[in-house]
Amino acid sequence: MLTTLDTEIRIDGLTKRFGTDGPIVLEDITLSIAPGEFVCLLGASGCGKSTLLNIIAGLDRPTSGTVTVASGSAAVMFQESALFPWLTAGRNVELALKLRGVPRAERRSQALELLDLVNLADAAHKRPHELSGGMRQRVALARSLAQDRKVLLMDEPFAALDAITRDLLHEELERIWRETGRTIVFVTHNVREAARLGQRVLLMSSRPGRIANEWRLADTGPRRIESPEVSRLSIEITEQLRQEIRRNAH
Amino acid sequence: MPTESSTLVSPVAAPRDDDFRSLEAGLDALQTVPLAERGRWRRIVDGVLPPVLLLAALVLAWQLYVVIAQPRPDLIPGPFNVAASIGELWSNGRLQQAVLTSLARGGAGFLIAVAIGTPLGLLLAEWRLLRRALGPLLSGLQVLPSVAWVPAAIIWFGLTDATVYFVVLMGAVPSIANGLVAGIDQVPPQLRRVGTVLGASPLQLATLVILPAALPGYLAGLKQGWAFSWRSLMAAEIIAMGGSIGFGLGSMLQQSRDLADLPAVLATILVILFVGILVELIAFAPVERSLLRHRGLTPGGTR
Repeated sequence: MLTTLDTEIRIDGLTKRFGTDGPIVLEDITLSIAPGEFVCLLGASGCGKSTLLNIIAGLDRPTSGTVTVASGSAAVMFQESALFPWLTAGRNVELALKLRGVPRAERRSQALELLDLVNLADAAHKRPHELSGGMRQRVALARSLAQDRKVLLMDEPFAALDAITRDLLHEELERIWRETGRTIVFVTHNVREAARLGQRVLLMSSRPGRIANEWRLADTGPRRIESPEVSRLSIEITEQLRQEIRRNAH
Repeated sequence: MPTESSTLVSPVAAPRDDDFRSLEAGLDALQTVPLAERGRWRRIVDGVLPPVLLLAALVLAWQLYVVIAQPRPDLIPGPFNVAASIGELWSNGRLQQAVLTSLARGGAGFLIAVAIGTPLGLLLAEWRLLRRALGPLLSGLQVLPSVAWVPAAIIWFGLTDATVYFVVLMGAVPSIANGLVAGIDQVPPQLRRVGTVLGASPLQLATLVILPAALPGYLAGLKQGWAFSWRSLMAAEIIAMGGSIGFGLGSMLQQSRDLADLPAVLATILVILFVGILVELIAFAPVERSLLRHRGLTPGGTR
């Protein structure tokens, strides 16, 4: 095993192409992510960041190279909440507990605790269509926490939300990350979001997708998206992101 | 599998920034619109009044025509003749017998069709090769009027109930199977992926995710299946009479025709129509309404 004590996810020489002679989507990606780390994968559309996430999640297979998740498998949260519309918010979380093998007697109370974690204990009896987009994403977050995996993979989870809601959810997610010690890989195309949330921001180039650069941020406690440090970093990352996009002009 | 770490769940509900909680609760309140529930009485009035009024208007127009144009009563009987005919059929007990016989047969045929059509639909939805092979045939059978099977069924089974059931099944099974296939096809792939990510086994994926998600389409198939059962049954009863086949509404219709008793013919048509409406209202409409409302698919729902 390649995994060492301080590696939660290890990716070695990963290459992905769709079909036998399709274009290369991801090329030679090598990466290791420490336990409890909050990593943002940033890139323009079509850089393969979602594909990379799906491969880590086990929903897709690499063409070559290896991916190892030390704790076994990962929880995933998508851009659409993908809640089951025929179940209430509480039952949605309970279903995840059930599929994890939690005994029936404990499911109800654990589901309520998880919903309370995202401040939605009062909405447990509501159905997804009665909730706003932000509330649905919080239920989806509670559901992915119900999986109780050490790794949480998030695929542009806040991309469809309005700015005010997104700002609140950033705060919520950061708090939950600090409280639960999850390892989070967060895919986004929003530079400020990446600079606001990540301890580490990985910039991906497009066609083929490679890790173009990475920034490590000193974790000095919660920061705001309006803060000067986030702005400074955003400007720097945006500059390089634009260079990467320009390379595709010819 | 990291199953030992359920400690991640419980101790985190520690005291937390109340400002943040109230901020989030405020935003939630702004972004959700409470549903204004219409009262039960209001719903009934809204649902029942328009069709009843229309029906009354139609009957009135019919009666006016009979009074003003004075057509031959054996060709165009008035509403009172038809009502009298219903009363007569009722008082000699033939109406009740026919309704019960037809309903029992239609119901039994429909249930058998469900028992055959459901597994067939599941197989078709999940097994591509079978679907490619059998799909077109099944769609063709759905279009083929099942009354076309009556002559063959009489030759095969004689004048027995088997003839009636065969025709009913040929009418209903394709609709039910196709409805289930359509329902399963429309399950968003995202829901399947979530099921997989949550660790569902193939069986759990089918029973906990795919089937509940396919329920609206399946229900539409069931409704259509019932409609086809009822129609096929009437056709079979009209054509196949005598032998050990009991006396159903179709038989009553055919008998009235043989006697050139037009009021009784019209009366029977109305009864067949109303039994169909009644089954729809009592059996299917409530299930469909609650199914759709729970998923936010009714026009009255928000978001």
